[in-house]
Amino acid sequence: MAFPESYFEYPHRGYGMDQDWYEWSILPRRPKVAWPNDARVAVWVTVALEFFPLNQGTVPFRAPGGMVTHYPDLRHYTLRDYGNRVGVFRVFKLLDQLGITPSVSFNSKVAERYPSLLANVADRGWEIIANGVDMGQLHHSGLSRDDESALVAESFGVLREMSGQPVTGWWSPARSASMNTLDLVAEHGGRYVCDWFNDDMPYPMNTGSGALHSMPLNYELDDQTVQFHYKQTENEFAEQVEDAMKVLHAESADQGGRVLSVVIHPWMSGQPHRIKALGRALASVMSYDHVWSASGIDILDAFQGQVS
Amino acid sequence: MSVEQRTDPGLYDYWPYENRPKITWPNGAKVAFWVAPNIEFYELQPPHLAARPAWPRPEPDVLAYSLRDYGNRAGHWRMMDVMDKYGVRGSVSLNVAVCEHHPEIIEACADRNWEFFSHGIYNTRYCYGMSEDDERRIIADAFETVERFTGQKISGWLAPALTHTHSTMDLLAEAGIRYTCDLFCDDQPQPVNVRNGRLISVPYSLEMNDIIVYNVSNQSPRRYAEMLKANFDQLYAEGAESGTVMCIPTHPFAVGRPQRIEAFEEALEYITGHDDVWVTTGREIAEYYYEHHYDTAAASIAAANGG
Repeated sequence: MAFPESYFEYPHRGYGMDQDWYEWSILPRRPKVAWPNDARVAVWVTVALEFFPLNQGTVPFRAPGGMVTHYPDLRHYTLRDYGNRVGVFRVFKLLDQLGITPSVSFNSKVAERYPSLLANVADRGWEIIANGVDMGQLHHSGLSRDDESALVAESFGVLREMSGQPVTGWWSPARSASMNTLDLVAEHGGRYVCDWFNDDMPYPMNTGSGALHSMPLNYELDDQTVQFHYKQTENEFAEQVEDAMKVLHAESADQGGRVLSVVIHPWMSGQPHRIKALGRALASVMSYDHVWSASGIDILDAFQGQVS
Repeated sequence: MSVEQRTDPGLYDYWPYENRPKITWPNGAKVAFWVAPNIEFYELQPPHLAARPAWPRPEPDVLAYSLRDYGNRAGHWRMMDVMDKYGVRGSVSLNVAVCEHHPEIIEACADRNWEFFSHGIYNTRYCYGMSEDDERRIIADAFETVERFTGQKISGWLAPALTHTHSTMDLLAEAGIRYTCDLFCDDQPQPVNVRNGRLISVPYSLEMNDIIVYNVSNQSPRRYAEMLKANFDQLYAEGAESGTVMCIPTHPFAVGRPQRIEAFEEALEYITGHDDVWVTTGREIAEYYYEHHYDTAAASIAAANGG
């Protein structure tokens, strides 16, 4: 069977990317970035607080980590809720002990359901990142622009009002996206997005609505990815965090400041048998010289201060 | 079958783990430790329910059926020997039809003063979409069967194959069940919201459940021993501040295989080798909690939720 002629047409075949969201750029050939106080590696720990509804939406796919069995799946509902109820306090205690200042992402439903948890984070002065509404309401091209805009507005709006923070970081639930997501985030006052896993450093994005950056929120130094999807152990996760730090710290000697992003889901790492390995990894990371524990927005501010 | 789906099961209120009233256990123990063997019977040809096929392959699924049957024929006896060795009484999560199918197992457990609670009739009879009256029949059957064979009145419940309805917890409380093992959101007991009466959740871990570790997380036996010990270490350390609960849920067909039994033994030896551990049963934890902690907990939860 002959393929149609259009199959052999390549409209974007040329230098750079096949879309306009960002420019092609080679990591080791960029101008060096200097972090405050001569830091070499900015350690960006992000704690993800998620709400998986019992009747989790599945359009256009079921967010990983969600319900599994026939309704009502009390088993997975309560396993995930464990994170917001118990695990998060183990994680916070650990971060306090190590002097780590994380960013904390919230599905806005978590804040509405558990206002004391939101207040706990806001009182600590930790940056809050908007992680959409909940793990059943994803972003996708089947949504009208208005409907998706309402999701972005709801998430930012609830979190800004409840925290008193500007809340300018955006992470789509399960990194779901439509063709409009970036524009909408910028339109609603977002300064950075966490969904793109194609760099170790911040980089500027092009939107029709304002200045937006991509921040390198890690997908593979994410406890859910490594331990839930890849089924590796908490010790193997810890080793990978330590190994990544070793490489980034070494690179920073001649390539300028780097970012180590580690993503923690309290329903995963906050389980009793996993917390110790996480502590070991983060303690190792913080034991390097010239390390800066920083939130996403602090890193972006420092980055934008020197790179136009 | 269609049921209005809820965002939240409404079974419990938010109650942050920090700053709760202190839990104490008998003799100053830090951890209440219990082992819950699931003694199950899976039917070769159960009635078919659209919500969930019983077997992955067309019947007869000889592999899956026999893999489970191993537990009753071989694995149980090996597991029970190890528990005897470390003085651990089981709290049996029982498909009550095992009483009729394999009374020898029931007798051996009863002789050891193990607790029996209910895990439904068969693990191949699910409750999805069941009417309240039908679910009441299951609960009544469990009470009647266990009492007839053992003289024990059941006080705990783990829904068969973890299948529930919106009413399950209400019906359990109504029937006189004292604790449920179906909620995995905490490391301490907690009150469950029910229409009438009282019910509590006693932590029964899925993360430490042998089937989850071996067949969902795909971990090895040595790894399982490591996880169990790490789980215990953390709960023991936190138990110095306020008592915690650790459960090892087992399935004799999984934990009792020759290549895996030593991992289980290693964990029991390690855990029972600590001084401040209350080696107990689900029922004993529940009753102690009702007597000493329920009211304080309920008040704390009400306060945390503006009530």
